[in-house]
Amino acid sequence: MVPLSYYLVLSGILFACGVTGFLIKRNIITIFMSIELMLNGVNLSFVAFAAQWGKLSGQIFVFFVMVVAAAEAAVGLAIIIAVYRTRETLNVDQVNLLKL
Amino acid sequence: MNGAAQVTPQAVEYIRILPEIVLTIFGIIIMMLDPLMDERRSQRTLGAVGLVGALAAIVATLYQSQYPGVGFWGMVNVDSFSVFFHFLVTAVTAVVILTSYEYMEVQQIRAGEYYGLILFGAVGMCLMSSAVELVLIFIALEISSISTYILAGFRRRAAISSESSVKYFLLGSFATAFFLYGVALMFGATGSTSIAVIGQVLASGQPPVLAYVGIALMFVGLGFKVAAAPFHVWTPDVYEGAPAPIVGFMSTAPKAAVFAVLLRILFEAHAPGRLWLIWVVAALSMTLGNIGALVQDNVKRLLAYSSIAHAGYLLVAFAALPANGIPAAMFYTASYAAMNVGAFAVVSHLASAGERYVTMEDYAGLGRRSPLLAATLTIFLLSLIGIPATGGFFAKFYVFSAALQANLVGLVIIGVLNSAVGAYYYLRVIVVMYMREARQEVPVSPVPLGLGVALAISAVATIYLGVLPGRVLEYATRSAGDLLR
Repeated sequence: MVPLSYYLVLSGILFACGVTGFLIKRNIITIFMSIELMLNGVNLSFVAFAAQWGKLSGQIFVFFVMVVAAAEAAVGLAIIIAVYRTRETLNVDQVNLLKL
Repeated sequence: MNGAAQVTPQAVEYIRILPEIVLTIFGIIIMMLDPLMDERRSQRTLGAVGLVGALAAIVATLYQSQYPGVGFWGMVNVDSFSVFFHFLVTAVTAVVILTSYEYMEVQQIRAGEYYGLILFGAVGMCLMSSAVELVLIFIALEISSISTYILAGFRRRAAISSESSVKYFLLGSFATAFFLYGVALMFGATGSTSIAVIGQVLASGQPPVLAYVGIALMFVGLGFKVAAAPFHVWTPDVYEGAPAPIVGFMSTAPKAAVFAVLLRILFEAHAPGRLWLIWVVAALSMTLGNIGALVQDNVKRLLAYSSIAHAGYLLVAFAALPANGIPAAMFYTASYAAMNVGAFAVVSHLASAGERYVTMEDYAGLGRRSPLLAATLTIFLLSLIGIPATGGFFAKFYVFSAALQANLVGLVIIGVLNSAVGAYYYLRVIVVMYMREARQEVPVSPVPLGLGVALAISAVATIYLGVLPGRVLEYATRSAGDLLR
């Protein structure tokens, strides 16, 4: 059997990839995909812990995360379309009316 | 219970989520009425439905408070703590709907779902304050966040509004992912997602390292949502671009709800290692918020930085001992909600079509052109400074005295120094209003009824909390007892 730590390391790597993508990518869609990657990393560790403890609640949590991620995607893509309509670009460096 | 009518056990379960049910039903009614109505008239009617919904939720909360206890298999817990935040959220919702009435007409936004989304957001915030299970906390957090993402971008034709919406959305989801990772690690450390069970496991022995990491990650996620430094970068941008009444909404109600979640997670779950985490974040938020506000010319941005600073003051109470800190934090959320919703109501009235007038220059001479409006804004600003006889004074007083009792002298000194810095930029607005002549006359339309009521409620609440803080504080102390039991 694959030990728990392997899963946790993999989920940590997935999460870190997501964070890195979020910070260095310039396209809004890619940034959004990086967030999804982070969520999938989280899901993996939920499932691994659920198997470790022998409790279903961890797996059920994953379903809720997926449902909420879908809702977030629906709203997020709509917002991204609204930005594209006003600015005609999806590059975060050019979406800069508000100074950071 | 005292005088409560006999109801079946099944009915009690539903009473425990009654305010949420009421808000959802009214939200759905608005969504169904919207396409059936004439576009031009729908605005007022649907706003009225939303207002009735918020008021009905207040009544439902009152009714619910007679049936305390745990419902839905340990998912929600109705106690005086959750009832306090239910009142806060629903009252803010009602006042914001009153403010939006005029704003939507002036901005010519004709979309009824605006009011529906406010109610749906309030559902999430109410649920957050009564949830005692991390699954439900996560879902409630998302219900409230997703609604506010959309509301932030509601001035669809204005580029800055959709830009603020996308920034809020991306950083908010980023924060959610951190919160979730924290939940996952906490589940791994304790084998449960119920706050009560986690509390028992963590209190019963040396907590595992995983629990520390889990708490830290959850704190990062929630810190984003309350705009505490160093997770605050999104705040000024989002607050500048979003519609003014919505900024008043999302700077108070969701924040109060997230603070309720933080109180539950940190104290009910006996979270380990919280002190230094909070110390650093509180000190950073106060300092960065106040320094950032000093140089702002846009009033909305100024209030955004001020809200970062206030999140810092609030977190000071979290570092104190629970018995004093929790009531102080709850009192602070209430008085901050009263003054900030009021301040943004004034800002949204003055902004006029396209939110043209939001810089400091546009406020010059307001004291002469519209004395009553200027006086109301002055009350809110004085309260934000923390002048005696306003809610802001007692809020800061309780927080700092709680921190002193916990021997956090360093943090209190930083806080008091920051309050002095803060006084400068709030007073600057007052000085501009009363003492500077306008270079160009900015038109001020007369205050309509809805906005007048909203302003009166906020002003009365601010002064009430500053003159007679006893009853609210006593209630908050009782709630803290419920939470710690």
